[in-house]
Amino acid sequence: MASFNQFGNDLHTGKLSYDIVGRRKVWYAVAGVMILIAILGPVLRGGFTFGIEFTGGSQFVLSEVSTEEQDLATTAVNDVVPEAVPKVSVVGTDSIRVQTDQLTDTESREVRASLASAFSVDPAQVTSSFIGPSWGQDITGSAIRALLTFLVLAGTVMALYFRTWKMAVAAMVALLHDLVITAGIYGITGFEITPAAVIGFLTILGYSLYDTVVVFDKIRENTSEDGPESRRTFADSVNLAVNQTLVRSINTSVVAVLPVASILVIGAFVLGAGTLRDISLALLIGMIVGTYSTIFIAAPLYAHLRENEPEIRKRDKKALALKAKATETSVATTGTGADVPA
Amino acid sequence: MAKSSPTKKAWRSLTWLGVIIVGLIALNGAGVLSGGGSWTPKLALDLEGGTQIILAPKLESGQTVSNEQLSQAVSIIRQRIDSAGVSESEINTQGGQNIVISIPGTPDDATLNRIQSSAKLEFRPVIVASAPSADSVGTDDSTAEPTDGATDPAAEGATDTATDEAAAAEEATPSVAPTDASDINNITPALQEQFDSFQCSDIDTTVVAPADEPLITCEADGSVKYILGPVEVSGENISDATNGQVTTQSGATTGEWAVNIVFDGTGTEAFADVTTRLSGLTGAQNQFAIVLDGSVISAPQTLAVITDGKPQITGSFDQDTSKALADQLKFGALPISFAVQSQDTISATLGSTQLQSGLIAGLIGLILVVLYSLVQYRLLGLVTVASLIVAGVITYFLITLLSWREGYRLSLAGVAGLIVAIGITADSFIVYFERVRDELRDGRGLVSSVEAGWRRAIRTIIASDTVNFLAAAVLFVLAVGNVRGFALTLGLTTLVDLLVVALFTHPTLQLLARTKFFGDGHKLSGLDPRALGAVYRGRARFETPAPVASRKGGTSSKEAAKRQTIAERKAAELIGTGSSKSTDGKDS
Repeated sequence: MASFNQFGNDLHTGKLSYDIVGRRKVWYAVAGVMILIAILGPVLRGGFTFGIEFTGGSQFVLSEVSTEEQDLATTAVNDVVPEAVPKVSVVGTDSIRVQTDQLTDTESREVRASLASAFSVDPAQVTSSFIGPSWGQDITGSAIRALLTFLVLAGTVMALYFRTWKMAVAAMVALLHDLVITAGIYGITGFEITPAAVIGFLTILGYSLYDTVVVFDKIRENTSEDGPESRRTFADSVNLAVNQTLVRSINTSVVAVLPVASILVIGAFVLGAGTLRDISLALLIGMIVGTYSTIFIAAPLYAHLRENEPEIRKRDKKALALKAKATETSVATTGTGADVPA
Repeated sequence: MAKSSPTKKAWRSLTWLGVIIVGLIALNGAGVLSGGGSWTPKLALDLEGGTQIILAPKLESGQTVSNEQLSQAVSIIRQRIDSAGVSESEINTQGGQNIVISIPGTPDDATLNRIQSSAKLEFRPVIVASAPSADSVGTDDSTAEPTDGATDPAAEGATDTATDEAAAAEEATPSVAPTDASDINNITPALQEQFDSFQCSDIDTTVVAPADEPLITCEADGSVKYILGPVEVSGENISDATNGQVTTQSGATTGEWAVNIVFDGTGTEAFADVTTRLSGLTGAQNQFAIVLDGSVISAPQTLAVITDGKPQITGSFDQDTSKALADQLKFGALPISFAVQSQDTISATLGSTQLQSGLIAGLIGLILVVLYSLVQYRLLGLVTVASLIVAGVITYFLITLLSWREGYRLSLAGVAGLIVAIGITADSFIVYFERVRDELRDGRGLVSSVEAGWRRAIRTIIASDTVNFLAAAVLFVLAVGNVRGFALTLGLTTLVDLLVVALFTHPTLQLLARTKFFGDGHKLSGLDPRALGAVYRGRARFETPAPVASRKGGTSSKEAAKRQTIAERKAAELIGTGSSKSTDGKDS
């Protein structure tokens, strides 16, 4: 605790300072490589694995089964539909999931009964779903519409609030980075993309921007407080803000990630595949990537976008000169002073 | 300490919060007492178990569904499900296109078929009409006596429905071939027997009656029992149906409501034939029945021969009933049929397991957050915990109220939204606490740090919550299904977060700042200026943290002095030598 406090104190005073904004080329490169992997990975792997909601089909889940013999399920399905190739998997501790191609109503009723008797459970304990292939597309369609609308609205709100569109742009770039990387992780690992995962992706939108706004607000505060006498360049101020909010970023991420991780653990190990696991997995990845991108992409990019503005460039030169004068000897002062336009 | 204005304000805020919470609870209590509400939110199917069916309209390319059509379809489907005796079903539209049907338990096949089949509207001539009593033999009014002897309904009764079919097959051929659809020769002995034993509750709307055979059915409200002839005009031949007041030739309205039908070419021709024949008949045979999904929705008498395909139905209509019939005629005849897009049957066991796991996950998440807050913020962490509890209580009652007033049902995705919200809500407190700590580090006293920190933090909190709320609102408006449940809880908790941080967290901190424990910066308070290295007074200015120093004990002052040196040295490097610097004796 004391050391973490000390860490926060040092970051606040600037005693301890991570040069995040200055090393932006490194972060850009890292982001570039990550995005490349996130795009190429799924392509090499053969695309995303879509859940049954997107491909269409029939699904049966038997809960509280005593045996987890998967052959039993296959046989039970083939008894009814000989040509079916069921995908059987164990989910959670005592449930079995059987997925098949789309079955007719009669068939699915019979399969249900057949599975129930094969595993000697009450047919009422068998959950059955029939999903037409258009269901997932519907969800995706509306998700994409929501995404675009949100980007436009959030961009406008941020541009108005911060009174500069460059912050909005930097935040959006970081957001896209988060989405691409989260999707990429899904593509590379082969996690199933289900509507619940899509919900998770959409929430990342809110969370990622939320996180960025908190840090940007500090940046706005720092940069607007810099008077003409400031020895900090614009990039320095941004960097200081990032450092000052670092403790907050860490605390917030931990606090946000803890509940999500607990859903993930419960969802994955107790319930098995399902809404909870799918939402929380996407969220967990998105939150971590979101916090990272705010610090390492949004902030440096914002400094990058702004520092070529004539006014800021002029002030930066002045600040550099003042800084040089303060730290270097008088020789150095005259040296840099020559570069400063009066 | 004297009652200063922030203290008063703090108590006022807390009072408001109390009023809001008590109000929510009272509202909920009123709901429970009035019978409609409950102390727990209603659960969606994935938590409660049941069947959810999503129907998507089958559309030709370029075709669209209007809201009117959709709501008509919903009401038709609702009638069908209700007539199947399924209670507590919920039927909603989704995304302006789909229809979502939620039924508790597992529906039988008949119900499923009933839901899916598209509405079928037919015009059939009435052959026999009678009161719908099991004892009636269909001869108690002006209709013609059946040609063959009717068997005693009391002897045969409804008991042998199984043999009916066999009998029907045997006696299906009328003794005399019927000359037209109104001919009573359509009635075979088997049909008569069936009619006699027919109960209005027996109507099976799942089986589409063959169009070229007579049909036994009832008025939709069960008031009249009919034998109807084969279909004369099908609903597809209606091109429009409207309601309006009857006008005389001079254009004055009579105040009587009527339904006006417009037939297409085929319909006009067929309807002209029917009315020509029916207008020559008397009694029940003068009537034609409008049959929707196997039930008679109206059986008007034929007053004239209609050759222009624009009949007008008058009777005991008012504005609403005429509108309802016109809608039924118009939309019931529409060729939109629905296809099952997804059907989910969740066993009750799985539902309760999911709910339980969701709650356990939430609880574990909450405990972890509490532990982390306590480690990070010491007793200040308790403020976080209390704030989370207040937020939780408000959210719980809001959701319960929503589920009572708006029929909201908490789904698993909604539960996930709530759990995720724990993190986002706690973040507001973190942002706030960090700001207060920043102010402390700058050497302010706790009371003014709380005020200054709050002014800065609330800006950030409002800005970031706006973005989050925006995301939730966009998702809620544009997305479908599960996503909406999730978005609703996320948006709701964002608002609750703002409320709690303004009306609870901040006032609490204002009051706590005036206590000895926090105000003196006890080590465990989480706001210990010494631990926070309260020296640096912002850019270009150093100040001896005089009030802090005066409170310091011997050992900690040494420690502080050491830290101060480091901070100062670093700061000095940063800001340069030109700054004013007030040194104190401790600076070595």
